[in-house]
Formats: sequence, structure tokens, C-alpha cells
Amino acid sequence: MTATLTDTTVKTGYWKSLSTARRTMIIWLGGLLVLSIVRIITDADDITSSGTISSTLRVATPILLAGLAGLWAERAGIVNIGIEGMMIVGTWCGGYGAWKYGSWAGIAMAIVAGCLVGLLHAVATVRFNVDHVVSGIAINTLAAGATEYLSIIFFKGQAGGGESQSPAGKGGYGEFDMPFLSGGPIGSWDTPDILSWFEKKNDWPLVPDLAGLARGLTSDLYLPTVVAVAIVPLSVWILWKTKFGLRLRSSGESPQAGESLGVNITRLRYQAMAVSGALAAFGGAYLSSVFTSTYRQGQTGGQGYIGLATTIFGNWQPWGVFRGALLFGFPTALKFRAEKNVPALLVVFAVALALLAVYMVWRKRSVIATGALAAAVCLVIAYNVIDQVPSEFVAATPYIVTVIVLAGARQQLRPPAHAGLPYRPGDSH
Amino acid sequence: MNSARLQRAAVTAASSILAVGVALVISAIILLVTGKDPIKAFSTLFGAAGDTRVLQGMANRATPLMISAAAVAIGFKMNLFNIGVEGQMRVALLTTAVVGAAVDLPPVLHVTFCLIVAMVAGAAWSGIAGYLKVKRGVNEVISTIMLNFIALSLVAWAFDDFFRVESATESLLVKTEELPRSAWMPDLVDRRLNGMLIIAILVLVVFWVLIWKTKFGFRLRASGGNSGAARATGVNPKKMILISMLISGAFAGLVGMRALLGDVHAYQNNLAEQQGFNGIAVALLGRNHPLGIFFSAMLFGFLGEASGRLQLEDIPKEITVIMTGTIVLAVVIINEAVKRWDDRRIQRKAAATLEAERVAKDAVTA
Repeated sequence: MTATLTDTTVKTGYWKSLSTARRTMIIWLGGLLVLSIVRIITDADDITSSGTISSTLRVATPILLAGLAGLWAERAGIVNIGIEGMMIVGTWCGGYGAWKYGSWAGIAMAIVAGCLVGLLHAVATVRFNVDHVVSGIAINTLAAGATEYLSIIFFKGQAGGGESQSPAGKGGYGEFDMPFLSGGPIGSWDTPDILSWFEKKNDWPLVPDLAGLARGLTSDLYLPTVVAVAIVPLSVWILWKTKFGLRLRSSGESPQAGESLGVNITRLRYQAMAVSGALAAFGGAYLSSVFTSTYRQGQTGGQGYIGLATTIFGNWQPWGVFRGALLFGFPTALKFRAEKNVPALLVVFAVALALLAVYMVWRKRSVIATGALAAAVCLVIAYNVIDQVPSEFVAATPYIVTVIVLAGARQQLRPPAHAGLPYRPGDSH
Repeated sequence: MNSARLQRAAVTAASSILAVGVALVISAIILLVTGKDPIKAFSTLFGAAGDTRVLQGMANRATPLMISAAAVAIGFKMNLFNIGVEGQMRVALLTTAVVGAAVDLPPVLHVTFCLIVAMVAGAAWSGIAGYLKVKRGVNEVISTIMLNFIALSLVAWAFDDFFRVESATESLLVKTEELPRSAWMPDLVDRRLNGMLIIAILVLVVFWVLIWKTKFGFRLRASGGNSGAARATGVNPKKMILISMLISGAFAGLVGMRALLGDVHAYQNNLAEQQGFNGIAVALLGRNHPLGIFFSAMLFGFLGEASGRLQLEDIPKEITVIMTGTIVLAVVIINEAVKRWDDRRIQRKAAATLEAERVAKDAVTA
């Protein structure tokens, strides 16, 4: 939230002249500075602690994968409401595979199954031209029913398993810490934990927050998390730097144009949906075999839809999806780690809204400025009055933010032009 | 009814029945692969049709499905996809439970009042999506999905923090204050079939009259079919979007009323869960037509009711959920295939007519 607001806040000529990398850095540092100030004011040390950041990364990974699944599908021109269903299939296969053959087998099985479900969506939408949303909803229903059915067949009566739960999976993924930065060992030598030392300097501004962020991203890492994060730059490279990616994006922007240049749109869309399904299912398997070690019915709990929201929030850009996943995962992670620090988020929101108000005064949009300022004041009052944010609000934050972004910042959003529209090869000739 | 329309209706019905057939075959394969006997499963399932109690249960289960399908279908007629029926229903459930328990009215009036409150609450929630669509151009699919989750959280919070009552009664479930007896919807068959069925059929009739027999309905179908042409004849598409979204939400508000007014008489967590979502499948199978919706709702109600019997034969009843999902996917795919086949048939017919005319003209000039 803060990051996007800062994004719109400083949009001047100078801002535009900066390179993307530099802009990204300024946005992240700005966001961190806000968090740092709030941390010192409210004494909520946990909002930037390495533990919270590390937990955020873990909570955010399935959301990130679901968001990337949405991105791959929509970039090729297919709206994928079925992400939730593909994740459900992933959780089941992850749980089953981890129980039968070990943890990595679970992820592998999930990816294969996800590909197949993705292809099913592609057959319906590309081959038969079925409405994308309808097909997605059917897939969600089908996935829920099929996994419930299969659980009864395979898990019921097994030790540790049941009608709606798999037995515990075998083998973990091994957590590791980065040497020197976060005290990970090299051989038998425990390297010094440098970041931890900086993180403990609580009364300094910004430094402990930066150290917390860096340590959070380099300690207690699971290998699947690293793989998931690595998919972000990989997606950027494939979609924006390769011939295949250019063609895939042409399928999402203007399939007629691509077709007239000899691109096989149908095949591309099948490929994109296979990737999309695999990513979503990987996210599901992460939930059932990395984040926890058993499959449970209803484990996804709408994270597929949060992923869809992340695709929009991230403006159909991989790094945007990454940013969105972290922001959406943050409140949940904070709630897990330190419930008493959650109210400090209200102040973070208030500061963000105050910044927006300043920007809107500058842009001479008095109505929005007044509204934002009033909301900021309300949040500060709320912070002083209550001692606990109801967990329902933490859960609803991603959805509320998405609605606000869609309603308020639509000009900044640029979805693929042809996503979700019906298309038949050869129709335009 | 002329023969072309009859033909079209027959094709529609046949394709829906074909879809159910395909779903049965796929479910049979799944049963076989997982080592269960499909013939035993189907004979148990459809053998239940002879039992009056099952049929009553079927109609009872079909009641909310008819209403939620009508809510979805009215959006479809306008090319709007209201996935938010579930959320609209949930907002209406809690509002009605609270407001209905707070007032004191004579019997019939009280029920009517509750139904109106539910419709207003549902319409208010769907109105947000309508407003966002009309004023800010936000796609209603996305906004209604998000609003579903927001409604879920909002209602859970309001229920937990303000309206729940720790009762000393036998039940462990936490509920809101119970509605007075005057607000209860009477049963048609005691504890088996609730009177809400009549309201559901009424909703379908209203839906039919509204869409096919009024000027408003004509405009709605026109702007759903071809918004450019509709605008050229003076229809305001934005107004139509907002109105159809509000009506859809009003119907959605009624979905949970069988559970609230006819069964539990108070709000509790998970009340009427999924009934809003399931309406989408029913509307798709029923091709957005009241009669189709009626039969599809009955079919889904039957599958739900008869599935309990499968447990006795050691067959997981979740196979019926798979069936439901397969039916939806099969019906949309078959519809598309049939539409394409029908288009080609009409094109061929037109081409043949043109060809015949040309030949005749040639003969005259020669």
C-alpha cells in the first residue's frame, strides 16, 4: 500500500527521468522509512523484525505463485478464475506426494497435475471458446469435489489421515541461513550473524529496519521459497526478453495481429495455461507440504483469489506481483508473529493516507485530499482507542485494497488488452 | 409457437440432457478407477427417486438454488456476471436476522417485512459493484469476487462483536437472537419442505415476466445483446447496468431466507453457505431461462438429497459434487459446440436459398 502511494506521490518530471531500478529502490526505501518512523512512534518493534519479514515471505509465497499464475494466463489473453481450484489440486497432490514419496515428490506431482488442470481450462476456453469466467468457476467446483472424493478414498483410515486430511508428509526441505549475513554455517564453522547485531539497535532509525528486512530475507529460508522467488525474474526474462515471450504477450494484447504474423496463438495459449496451472498448483503444494506438512480440506482459504487480486495490484508485472504478495502477506504474518503489533499498521495506513492527501492538495484535488485526511485522522483515533484489530479486518485487507485500487487508480493500471475476450483463430480474415 | 422456435428449444433441451449424460459417464469412469461399482452407485442414487421424503428434500434443497440462479441469470441477460450472490446473500442474512428480531409485527406482515429487508440489504451490497462498474469502470467479476470476501469478513466481525447471543439452550452453536414466531416461514410439509418454495417459484415467474414481457426487459436484453444498437435507440446502458445489478442483488438477498426464516430462525456461522455460488451452476445448466432453472435446481437438489444414500453403500457422497462440476463444464462446452453447429446449419441453409434464387434469376434472364 505504502509503496504504491509513494509511487503516485512523487510523480514529477524529475521522477520520470530516473531509471526503473532507482525508482524501485526509492519506493522500497520510502516504504521502509514510513515503517521505521511508525515503529519508533508506536514502539511496535516487531513490524520490521527479521522474524516478521521471514514469516511474511513464507505467507506471501503461495500468494506470489498464484499471482504469477494469473499473470501468465492473462498475459496470454486468458482470464483464470480457476486459480483457486488449481491451488486446491496442488494442495492435495502436495499432501499425497509428500506422504507417499517425500516432500519434493509432492511438489512434482502437484506441478504435473496443475499443468493438466490448466490445460483443461485451455481446452474449454481456446478450443471451445467457453466464457473464461464460467470455465474457471466450473474448475473450482470440480477441484473441490474431486479432492474431497479422493481424500476419502486415499486418506480415510490411514494413520494420521482422515476424511479431510492427509497423513503427515515425509521429509522437510531443510531451512538454511545465509553465511555471514544471518549466521549460516559454512561447513562446521558458524559464521557471525552480522545483520542480527544491527537489528538489535532498536532506537536507531532505519538501520535496524533495513537489517531486519535483509535478515528476514536471508534466514530461515526454505529452498522452495527461493525457487518461487526466482520465478519472478525468470518470468520477466521469458516474457519480455525472449521471442516466445513476445509472442505470448501478443496473444494477450492483440491475437489477430500475432496471427497475421504467423504466430500460432492456439498453441501459445495452451502453453501459457500449462505454466499458469503449474504455478498455481506449486503454490498449493507449498501450503500443504512446506508451510505445513499435511493436506487439509479448505487449506487454500481463498488464496487463489488473493492471487488474482495480486495480479491486478501488481499491474500485470512480475515484480509488481511480488510487491503485492509481500504487502498482502504482511498483515497476516504480523498477526501470526505478534498480534499486539497489528494496530501499528493503522498508523502506517494513516501516514500513507496523509502523504496521499498532501499529494492531492498539490494536484488541487480538494475532495480526495479532504477524504484521505479525514480517513487518516479516523485511523489515528482508532489506533488510540482500540487495543486489538479484529482479525476479520486483517483477512479482508487485500480485498479492500484491491477494490480501492481498482476504483481509484484505474488510470495507472494496464491490463492486457485482449484478456478474457472471445477469440477464434481465423475470425478476423 | 412456430417451428423454428420449437426446434431451437428442442436443441437447447437436448444439449442440456446430453451434458448430464456426459457427466454421468465421466463420474462412472472415476468410480471405476477408484474401485467402486458405478452401476450400484447410480441405481442407489436414482432409486431414491421413488421415495417421497427424498422428493420433498429435493424441492427443499432446490428452493435457494432457484432464487440464486435467477439472481445470476438476470445479470447474464445484461451481459453482467454477478459472482457476488454469495456475499449479497450473507449481508442480507445477518441484516434480516438482526432487524427481523428487533421489530414486532403480526404474522404474515412480519415475514413479508423480513423478505423486504433481505432484498434491500442484498441490493445495497450488489449496488456497490454496480456503482463501481458504472462510475469507475471496474469489471464486475473482479469487484464481486472481492466484495464476497469483504462481506464474509464484515459479517463475521459484526456477528462476533455485536450480535451474537450466548444462549443457555441445548445447542452449542452461537447464534443471533432468535426471530419471533411471527417471522417464521411456515412449512408445507412439516420439517421436510418449507413454504419458501412458493416464494422461489414466484421469483422465477417475476423473472420471466420482467425479462420477456415488459419494456424494461426488452431494453435489458437489447443492451445485453448489442449495447451499441441499444444506445442508438435511446437506452441508457449505465442505468440498465445499475438497475439489473440491483435487481440481481435483491434476488440474492432472498437466497438465504429458506435457511433463516424457514429453518434455523437465527443467524449462525456457515448458515446457507455456498448456496449463492451454486446458483451459478444452476443458471448455466438452465440456460438462464426460468423453466430451465426450475428443472436444473430440482436436479441439483435431488443429487444433494440422494447423495446421503451413497454413504450406506460405502461410496463417498462427494461423487455428486464431481458430477455437478462436470455437468457445468460439459454443458458450457456442449452449448458452444451446438451453437457453432447451429450457426453453420443456418449459414448453409441461407447459402442454399441464395443459390436457388440465383439459379432461378439466371433462368429468367436466359
